[in-house]
Amino acid sequence: MSRKVLLIEDELNIIEAIRFLLSRDGWTVHTHANGADAVEEVIRVAPDLVVLDMMLPGRSGMDILRDLRAAPATSDLPVLMLTARGQSRDRDMAEKAGVNRFMTKPFSNSEVLETVRDLLAEARQE
Amino acid sequence: MVRDTLTGSRIRERRSIAGLRQADLARQVGISASYLNLIEHNRRRIGGKLLVDIAAVLEVEPSLLTDGAEAAMIAALREAAADLGNAGAEIDRVDEFAGRFPGWAGALTAAHRRTASLERTVEALSDRLTHDPHLAASLHEVLSTAAAIRSTAAILAENDEIEPEWRTRFHRNLNEDSLRLADSAKLLVDYLDDTEKATERRATPQEEVEAFFTGRHHHFDVLEHARLSPEQVVRGEPGLTTDAARSIATTVLEQYARDAAALPLAEMSAALSEWGLNPAALADRFDVALPMVLRRIAAMPEAALGTEVGLLVCDASGSIVFRKQVTGFALPRFGASCPLWPVFAALNRPHVPLRRTVAQVGRSVAHFDCFAVAQPRAAPGFDSDPLYLSTMLIVPVAQPAQTDVPEVGSTCRVCPRGHCDARREPSVLSEEF
Repeated sequence: MSRKVLLIEDELNIIEAIRFLLSRDGWTVHTHANGADAVEEVIRVAPDLVVLDMMLPGRSGMDILRDLRAAPATSDLPVLMLTARGQSRDRDMAEKAGVNRFMTKPFSNSEVLETVRDLLAEARQE
Repeated sequence: MVRDTLTGSRIRERRSIAGLRQADLARQVGISASYLNLIEHNRRRIGGKLLVDIAAVLEVEPSLLTDGAEAAMIAALREAAADLGNAGAEIDRVDEFAGRFPGWAGALTAAHRRTASLERTVEALSDRLTHDPHLAASLHEVLSTAAAIRSTAAILAENDEIEPEWRTRFHRNLNEDSLRLADSAKLLVDYLDDTEKATERRATPQEEVEAFFTGRHHHFDVLEHARLSPEQVVRGEPGLTTDAARSIATTVLEQYARDAAALPLAEMSAALSEWGLNPAALADRFDVALPMVLRRIAAMPEAALGTEVGLLVCDASGSIVFRKQVTGFALPRFGASCPLWPVFAALNRPHVPLRRTVAQVGRSVAHFDCFAVAQPRAAPGFDSDPLYLSTMLIVPVAQPAQTDVPEVGSTCRVCPRGHCDARREPSVLSEEF
């Protein structure tokens, strides 16, 4: 079964590293670097999972997450949020907004891989 | 216990403060000492004329002996006890505590106010760290770049089989990100240092004095011709907001005035034209100590020198007690300076003039001729060890004559030098990230 991930991140070298990691793990990786039209991109790509940066140009990852959760088509879409802001209140806000996992930068590659695998497995069990 | 039962305790406390014996007070108000003793131990109620008479002898308002003066303190003590939580304070005896030990009660409430004030400061700083958009953006940049480096480096380290195209790309990314990280980390450090200049922050007395001297370009025409005294110069100076700052400034200006009297502006300018920036020749010419010449050069108008110069004075602990900034020679705002500076080397060899050409490394490399000498700050005595001050004049040089110029830094935290024997802590520009 194909696995499709949308990586919404504006750091090009992080995009390249994660794209390499996930594509080697069998994922089809789509990328998007702008927050302003990220929700439309999610709907267009229809991924199995979204990796979402918190700070994006145009719109914050938190606002994007809230919109995704508010729309029936994406309300259950697994979202891994990446952020350089590791404060507990950011984590709390993300969890209240419906994030599935929250990971702070700098992250380890194995952590990213394990998390996206777990998220997909959980989503398919439901 | 209600407050009005503690009037006796307050009478005893006030009598003690007034230095009166129980018998003396009793006699002055026309009662027996034993009766006053019962009153002071709260075993007899007191009011009316006797209270007024005792208050008059003790030179306080009667209300101070009843309850008025301590009401606020009792409230503050209750607040302190509540804030400390389960700290074992005998809340039910707070009135007695305030009445019997007003000094201690005052100290406790003052400490509580101080703690609350510091907590507010910490909260404000914490809030700023969280919400300052520039700081947040800088930290995001640093952490995002670190994330890219970590992830890319791990891919290269953990994957033997990588296509040459990917390997080349990742090597290029690592190079780009490492440069970016160095720049963003440096910018972040600069920003954190610069924010200390924020006007809302109250400067230390030393900083106020430095700002005052910088604002006058380290030259005081009115002192050159003794038209005003140092006290007059300092008086009314709005930038010197504390007694400590005014005291420091007055002391430095008094030395300035002595230097100006010994090395008058016209003669000094003429000597500089003849001898150039040669402190030893100038000291010989005027028959004065070298530190005075170094200070005097730093106080000359830039036009008379033909160059910008800086000055540092430190005491035997290495603390900078006076400084005149010079472009390119970075002086840390806080924390200890680079121990490789000649001003510190001079402390190891008192009375020996040192001339060192150094290259200060930082964002760029700048060269300076440093003239340093350490001498006792006062005339020596038989029964006391001399206290040395080291003075260093810093003169920029465009192109040093020697090729092997020793490097110095600013402060370890932001110094890029590797393998430095003098390093006290890792630099945030290299090891930390």
